[in-house]
Amino acid sequence: MALLSEKVRQEVEHILEGLKGGVKLVVFTQEFECPTCEDNRMLMEELAACSSKIQIEVLDFVRDKEKAELYKLDKIPATVVEGKEDYGIRFYGVPGGYEFASLLHAITMVSSGSSTLSPKTKEQLKRLSKPVHIQVFVTHTCPYCPEVVQLAHEMALESPLITSDMVNAAEFPHLNHKYDIFVVPKTIINETIQFAGAVPESEFLKHVLKAEKR
Amino acid sequence: MEFIVPAELKAVPVEEAKCYDVIIIGAGPAGMTAAVYAARKKLDTLVISKDVGGQTLLAPGVETYMGYQYITGAELMRKFEEQVRQFPIALEINDEVVKLLRDENRFTVRTATGKKFTGRSVIIASGRRARSLNVPRERELIGRGVSYCATCDAPLFGGLDVAVVGSGNPALTAVNELTKCARKVYTIARSAIKADAVLREKAERSGKVEFVVGYAVKEIQGGDKVERIVLKQTAGDKELVLDVRGVFIEIGATPNVAFAKELAELSESNEIRVDCDCKTSVAGLFAAGDVTTVPEKQIIIAAGEGAKAALSAYQYLIEA
Ligand SMILES: Cc1cc2nc3c(=O)[nH]c(=O)nc-3n(C[C@H](O)[C@H](O)[C@H](O)COP(=O)(O)OP(=O)(O)OC[C@H]3O[C@@H](n4cnc5c(N)ncnc54)[C@H](O)[C@@H]3O)c2cc1C
Repeated sequence: MALLSEKVRQEVEHILEGLKGGVKLVVFTQEFECPTCEDNRMLMEELAACSSKIQIEVLDFVRDKEKAELYKLDKIPATVVEGKEDYGIRFYGVPGGYEFASLLHAITMVSSGSSTLSPKTKEQLKRLSKPVHIQVFVTHTCPYCPEVVQLAHEMALESPLITSDMVNAAEFPHLNHKYDIFVVPKTIINETIQFAGAVPESEFLKHVLKAEKR
Repeated sequence: MEFIVPAELKAVPVEEAKCYDVIIIGAGPAGMTAAVYAARKKLDTLVISKDVGGQTLLAPGVETYMGYQYITGAELMRKFEEQVRQFPIALEINDEVVKLLRDENRFTVRTATGKKFTGRSVIIASGRRARSLNVPRERELIGRGVSYCATCDAPLFGGLDVAVVGSGNPALTAVNELTKCARKVYTIARSAIKADAVLREKAERSGKVEFVVGYAVKEIQGGDKVERIVLKQTAGDKELVLDVRGVFIEIGATPNVAFAKELAELSESNEIRVDCDCKTSVAGLFAAGDVTTVPEKQIIIAAGEGAKAALSAYQYLIEA
């Protein structure tokens, strides 16, 4: 049975009609699919079928180890949303519930190749000199989470030094334990900076710039 | 699994230079209904809100909004938003009103992002937010086990023991969200459980809920995360200590009125006083929904009040 209902599929098709450039979804699963890997792969296949502009490549986390290393992925299910290049936009776990909006946002954004960040933010991001890894922990039922995920993904698109992950907390309990995730959205930058809740673009940028200095 | 598609953006430019007929503060059920009614009266309308959907986004399932036997809060708000976007309504979202002033017959609204808007009338529909317990360590442990949003955070407590504080419908709704993943859910109530019987029965059926009635929270304890809570009998001196990793506080809500405190008349519980036409103590200023003195905080009531406020504002504008 399909994951997306007929109604949702039609709405998605409508949104994706506006895609400009091509998009590639690189989906990592494994032969004996992890508990949610199957759902994630099916979701991405159904999405790819909604637009001729979207290509999908399904890879095996074990067999295609070099590819996984190339993308610097360390867990599955994992999905890379690529446009003209790999901008560092990652989804770990199934982007369901409210995060479905973040997936659609990432697709339309990489397709256009541009973000909606303010000129000032873009300018400041150009000054980064070291890699920055942003992880945003979410749940499917959190209405405040997509705003943060989307902001992080926009920054990844603008800066070749930023990699940004949506992480569905319910699928990675060991990470909840490692980072003490008791609230969502929770953002971890370069393992050193953490903050909870949705913050405005300017404040998020400050955290990113601070992470680089640590 | 649910997949929530965002409503499509029909961009109506937000303009600081012009004077809107009506500025609506808040985009929950009250604000969005007001916006649709105002736009149908061809009023030039601006909505300023932190989010679209308000508290209803946190309602896991709504069974009391007529026309839908069951709908998730998120889906219902998506339908509201779609209806709003049918009209030429300017939306300033992800922003927050910090000050509302009236000079002569104009209202000025200042926002957190530094914008300033002007309107001939204003409808306050800013709703409510969760109240805190005000017990030791509660503040420091927010996000470290203390939560005010069971809908958002419940999945993080898989296999753990948690406590819900409160006795009304929101508390029992939280309990029923948590029984899906937590190991045990203590439900702490000062006196009797006041929630609807259907919610209580569902909690009992889960076999995971222990009701601790007649106790209040004295303090929350833990190093950098919640480890236990200390309870004290409301009608005695007996104390109880429960080992829990999560404390969900569901003891009601407080109105979002900080920006209007000096302008509108408030009740003792800080709600904006309105008459049955949604008029406040200030001419041209209306209020609707959970932020007002109207009893019963429900989606259908907030929506109805929003409609009334917009029609009252319209009447005010044609008479002004
Ligand atoms: C968990 C939960 C479950 C519930 N379940 C049900 C149910 O099953 N049935 C039912 O009928 N009711 C239910 N309710 C109650 C219902 O959600 C509320 O009665 C309803 O949302 C009130 O609508 P409102 O528009 O008045 O306010 P709100 O929904 O609170 O909306 C207020 C809006 O104003 C915005 N805002 C606040 N301050 C500012 C500011 N300074 N500047 C700009 N914007 C601001 C907010 O972001 C929000 O968008 C539930 C509530 C909760 C919390």
